[in-house]
Amino acid sequence: MTDDTLQIQPAPQPSGPVTDVAPSPHLADSGQTTRAMMVDVLVALIPVVCSALYFFRWHAVRQMAICLAVCLAAEAVFSAMRGRRPPLADGSAAVTGIILALSLPATAPWYAAAIGSLVAIGIGKSIFGGLGMNLFNPAMVGRAFVMISFAGALGAAGYQDPQSQIDIMTRATPLTAFQQSGVVASLADLFRGSTNGSLGETSALACLIGGLYLCLRRTAAWRIPASMLAAATVIALLDTGLSPHGWTVLHHLFGGALLFGAFFIATDPVSSPLTHRGQMIFGAGIGAWVMLIRIFSGYPEGVMFAVLLMNGFTPLINRWTIPTPFGGRLNR
Amino acid sequence: MSWFGSRSGGRGTFARGIHPPANKQFSSGLPIEVVDSPERVVLPLQQNVGGPCTPVVKARQKVARDELIGKGEAFVSSALHAPVAGTAERATMITLANGRHMQAIAIHAEGPQVEGQDLWDDIFGGHWPKDCVGIYDPQQIHEAILDAGIVGLGGAAFPTHVKINPNTRKPIHTLVVNGCECEPYLTADDQLMRQAPDAIIAGAFLAGYAVGAERIVIGVEDNKPEAIASLRAASGRTGIEVAVLKTKYPQGSEKHLIKAVVDREVPLGGLPADVGVAIGNVGTMAAVARAVVRSRPLTHRVVCVTGAGVVRPKNLLVPMGISVGELIDWCGGLTADAARIVSGGPMMGFAVADRATPVTKGTSGITVLVKSDLEIEASGPCVRCGRCVDVCPMGLVPTKLAQAARTGNLSLARRHNILACFECGACAYSCPAKIPLVQWIRAGKALAARHQGR
Ligand code: SF4
Ligand code: SF4
Repeated sequence: MTDDTLQIQPAPQPSGPVTDVAPSPHLADSGQTTRAMMVDVLVALIPVVCSALYFFRWHAVRQMAICLAVCLAAEAVFSAMRGRRPPLADGSAAVTGIILALSLPATAPWYAAAIGSLVAIGIGKSIFGGLGMNLFNPAMVGRAFVMISFAGALGAAGYQDPQSQIDIMTRATPLTAFQQSGVVASLADLFRGSTNGSLGETSALACLIGGLYLCLRRTAAWRIPASMLAAATVIALLDTGLSPHGWTVLHHLFGGALLFGAFFIATDPVSSPLTHRGQMIFGAGIGAWVMLIRIFSGYPEGVMFAVLLMNGFTPLINRWTIPTPFGGRLNR
Repeated sequence: MSWFGSRSGGRGTFARGIHPPANKQFSSGLPIEVVDSPERVVLPLQQNVGGPCTPVVKARQKVARDELIGKGEAFVSSALHAPVAGTAERATMITLANGRHMQAIAIHAEGPQVEGQDLWDDIFGGHWPKDCVGIYDPQQIHEAILDAGIVGLGGAAFPTHVKINPNTRKPIHTLVVNGCECEPYLTADDQLMRQAPDAIIAGAFLAGYAVGAERIVIGVEDNKPEAIASLRAASGRTGIEVAVLKTKYPQGSEKHLIKAVVDREVPLGGLPADVGVAIGNVGTMAAVARAVVRSRPLTHRVVCVTGAGVVRPKNLLVPMGISVGELIDWCGGLTADAARIVSGGPMMGFAVADRATPVTKGTSGITVLVKSDLEIEASGPCVRCGRCVDVCPMGLVPTKLAQAARTGNLSLARRHNILACFECGACAYSCPAKIPLVQWIRAGKALAARHQGR
């Protein structure tokens, strides 16, 4: 080509509205934001919070107030230390706080709740680089820390407070009662939630309502609770089939933290796998571990350990379950 | 309306995908208006995927309407013709909507031009023979397409003569015609199907005959009932089927349309011919009919000018080379809150910086978005929710692709088949953290391609 072809035409821009340029896609689903997801989780927790308030009264208020306050404060402080504007706006610290509070016994001392919250945000999340970067479920990291540090106050025996004004708090948790003395709780109590236990776990009904809401809204990946409950059911069937002892499959499902864990803890997106197949493996793994811990270990309940364990496997599961793309794999 | 049955093989849809608001109401059902012939058209010498064409006119040379002004040299390149009569200007460099700089020939219009209803009749009107077997042989059809400079009018602008080619070694059993127009806002193809079904059917028949297809299926999304009815009425006894497909983005992607219609997956890195399918857009088929039956080149196309940012959205018949600004002015100009001019639809279109940017053969629409359309929250960290995985029509893990791009991790990118991404934007649309996934993936693809070349 000749030289005169290289001249650039000046752009005659008529006056009028200023338009910008940006790469495609030019639209985004405005209804879907991280904050909206977190708000959805908080909405789904309403029935659980209500049941906790109904059965444990001011113990529940106290626990939630402490955890919420410390989690929010810790989040603000840690993100300021890392030179980020406090991302409290995304609501994730509030979710961690409430879930941690609901996973503690009513009897837990104030410092256990506070330290648990601090550890949840500090070690569970900020150390990894904040929201989205953590490997483990922050609330469960906090809970595991205080459970090990204050084994007396938070162990199975710690749930019981013989002096309490609230009747259910004077009793052992259904799982402990069964493990230690073979007492089988009534299914109606387990379903309604009028038993001792961690604040949020006692009412199967409340967990189911909130959990189904989360799944229907697609905020939670339904495959995780579904596969977790399926795996737990299978093992429970084997267990009760091999040695009938009155603690039925439904007792296994409605008792302890299985439902609360399935819908609210295992479904934490950050620490669970991305792919559908991965989510099934992850859920099934948790369900299996919970049942193995319940049946074969000295602990009456194992949701927390099972979740943390499978969280550790999440990166591997993601790697194992890379989906086959449309049209098959490229021949490399 | 039901998903079509056993005859077609496909299930009328594909896995995953998204349902963005259609926003077709701006221009849906508005009859195609013929734009007045402009004073000047600017014709980039590369309108298509593939090689550029070589100019065959000199500066100040008189050109007649339909005269050849650029010749395609490479196999994957196409010819260019004058949409108006006038004088050729010196070749200039221009920037296209996709950001590429290239040479262009401008033609200053002179003398009387064919306009208005006459132009419509000339291009789409009149009688279209729908059974031309025996009149034209496949090679003749292929050459007519080549000479007419036809490229895919759906947006990709791949030279049609390469696809509609009787000489391929791979046997073709089905010609799939794309009438999906799955991008939000756009209604040009919809309107063309309503108003010029005969030309589309005639072209599909010719193209199908040329490639030796046993079946010809026009796939239309079920949100276009008028277009479906119009095509069905026009198809008459040709045996051409109209498949009603589920409305879902990106149904109009070649691979996903083929999946929906014949239930075959085009292998990664392969072509539709690998599964025995040839594919072309409805507008392309009308151009094929005109090229074969009337020996006329591709000089005009239907463009939809739409969105809340234009005063009077319209479907227009326009000459190639008219500027985006002129089309917007024809539609009453921009509204006060217009914020972005996009060439094409909002999911895969290119933002236009310069209103002098010309319409090319691949321009399916001009979508003008307003401020409220673009109010997107600041992006945050990935919360690994997996929504991008749930919607990716290619079955990829977009967040991992973005991570691979960000960290320059080529082996991660390859393990996740980064080159399979066709940048449809479904992932970024759905991401709650508003991560610019497609931008990252583009960067990652460039990186992967660079390393593959070594
Ligand atoms: S949709 Fe966005 S936030 Fe969710 S996993 Fe994908 S990239 Fe991460
Ligand atoms: S842009 Fe690529 S990664 Fe994202 S959804 Fe489309 S094909 Fe999948």
